[in-house]
Amino acid sequence: MSIEVWTIFLAVLSFAAYTYIGWRSRVRDTKGFFIADQGVPSIANGAATAADWMSAASFISMAGLISFLGYDGSIYLMGWTGGYVLLALLLAPYLRKFGKYTVPDFVGDRYYSNVARGVAVVAAIFVSMTYVAGQMRGVGIVFSRFLQVPVETGVVIGMVIVAFFAIIGGMKGITWTQVTQYCVLIVAYLIPAFAISLLLTNNFIPQLGFTFGDIVERLNGLQTDLGFAAYTEPFANKPMLDVLFITIALMVGTAGLPHVIVRFYTVPNVRAARYSAGWALLFIAILYTTAPAIAGFARYNLVESLHDKTPAEVQQLDWATKWGNTGLLSFEDKSGDGRLQFTPDEATNEITLDRDIIVLSTPEVASLSPFVVALVAVGGLAAALSTASGLLLVVSSAIAHDLYYRIINPAASEAKRLMVGRVMVGFAIVVAGYFGINPPGFVAEVVAFAFGLAAASFFPVLVLGIFDQRTNKEGAIAGMISGLVFTLFYIIGVKFYGMNTWFFGISAEGIGTLGMLINFIVTLGVSRLTPPPPAEIQLMVAEIRNPIEEQISSGLSEGV
Amino acid sequence: MKYHNSRQAYWRANKALIRNLLLVWALVSIFMSILLVEPLNSFQLGGVPFGFWMAQQGSIYVFVILIFTYAIQMDRLDRKYAKGNQIKQAKTYQTTVEDETATRLLP
Repeated sequence: MSIEVWTIFLAVLSFAAYTYIGWRSRVRDTKGFFIADQGVPSIANGAATAADWMSAASFISMAGLISFLGYDGSIYLMGWTGGYVLLALLLAPYLRKFGKYTVPDFVGDRYYSNVARGVAVVAAIFVSMTYVAGQMRGVGIVFSRFLQVPVETGVVIGMVIVAFFAIIGGMKGITWTQVTQYCVLIVAYLIPAFAISLLLTNNFIPQLGFTFGDIVERLNGLQTDLGFAAYTEPFANKPMLDVLFITIALMVGTAGLPHVIVRFYTVPNVRAARYSAGWALLFIAILYTTAPAIAGFARYNLVESLHDKTPAEVQQLDWATKWGNTGLLSFEDKSGDGRLQFTPDEATNEITLDRDIIVLSTPEVASLSPFVVALVAVGGLAAALSTASGLLLVVSSAIAHDLYYRIINPAASEAKRLMVGRVMVGFAIVVAGYFGINPPGFVAEVVAFAFGLAAASFFPVLVLGIFDQRTNKEGAIAGMISGLVFTLFYIIGVKFYGMNTWFFGISAEGIGTLGMLINFIVTLGVSRLTPPPPAEIQLMVAEIRNPIEEQISSGLSEGV
Repeated sequence: MKYHNSRQAYWRANKALIRNLLLVWALVSIFMSILLVEPLNSFQLGGVPFGFWMAQQGSIYVFVILIFTYAIQMDRLDRKYAKGNQIKQAKTYQTTVEDETATRLLP
């Protein structure tokens, strides 16, 4: 069978599995719809969190990005894993003990204020919509790469699949499809990785081949011969301070992203929340420690097999011809010497690579069967669909639960709330699909926006809400707004209006770290200058810190 | 009063554990992988410079270990403080708060 037939076959098979699981997990009440009845075992929640977390970008683009950045690509590796330590130690157990439905729920109850809840709702929707629009685009791109359908058609197919299991199954349906999607994506990522590692280093475990083989040394040699910085050379693309700020912003942003936090509301108890964070990071780490190995291998292999070859020699490589046709790989003999050369200078460089090709071409470079190539496509789809569904549920719950039920109509019946929840998932899917087809400019800056804003708005008020009883609503609202406004101003100024990176050259991606510090300082300062929170809120904080199972906060906060 | 103390002791022990683990977190990521990466690169691990390896592999392994260490240590802490009278006391405590809520909800 050809690659296309295998891809269609596997894609249809996986979609059938997801919709079947969605149907089996259909729910009839809001607790099931928003937090999966709090019945998800910790390992399953770990796998679901990992799939929720790892998007099409992690799956397809990250290794490519690292292979072009070398050491400096570590910002993504550490930034997108280190945040789980913060999440596990500072947030997950306490938010689970709090035991409500959403992140704005905690903010609104802890800070006894619908203004705080409203600010949190706006931040949650903006962060998640930016993020999900990119995911829908990712679904469309994967379809178009592998099945030669237009990106728009791909987006629509993705919307229909996600709509089915998210509307029927809510969080419960999403959780169990994400567990399945994790299995699909990790198998799809590892098989080609094992093969290419065995091919280049004689060790099929990529992490070991990368560390103990001689590929990195040879790659450093190749890079310096061609005039590039050595692959392992730190700060070749970004100065040390910027690397530091971006890494911290990504870590803290990870811990503040609503679609990640809310996953820890779905486990049965505090203890499960702690272990679940460990499982989640372990499952993520399997991909995140493989990615830098693939990045190094692929970079070495591409330079080795393409540099200084004649166009005719390159034509003989099947994968080079195939990816040349898609436009991801292009050659131009600018110097006219009959050979193709990699150079650091764009004016003389003769081989242009799209970063996505690193992962996409791996199975073909390693001469694996069409089945594996198709599996990689289905893995990419699983990564994009799982992340999109988790985000859509956050948008839906922010509108249906926090805005509609907690602010607009607290008297709404259970059935009505569930209905509004389902309608809002559908609505969010349509909006996300629209942005996926017509991506607005800000979607390309999703890393800066989503992580920077999550770091600058949620993280400080969540941590202080648990660890500082004295933090009150005045402090939290002032802190969230100042963090958000400053970070938005800097990102928009730098990205869209050509503003200088006047804060010590920190890029838009890293400014969330400063936004977070501003939020912390403003929240602590304003809290000390205004009256302490009411006694029942201080009791609620004391209760959140106590891991014993009775959910005391629910009765308490309904009255606030 | 005794209950109050045991609860405070539990929270203090929890905070101390969090602080220690976060120090390790900062050491492997911020210090070894970024601020000190250049000096550490003069050492080799297998075929790669050590600082580079910490940034792309080692720090991630340490992160995973840190989270499981926290979960396991907290299990021990929970058991330690659950002995004695904490659970019984927590129930009494719950009633008081619920009473308070009930009072507050009255018109």
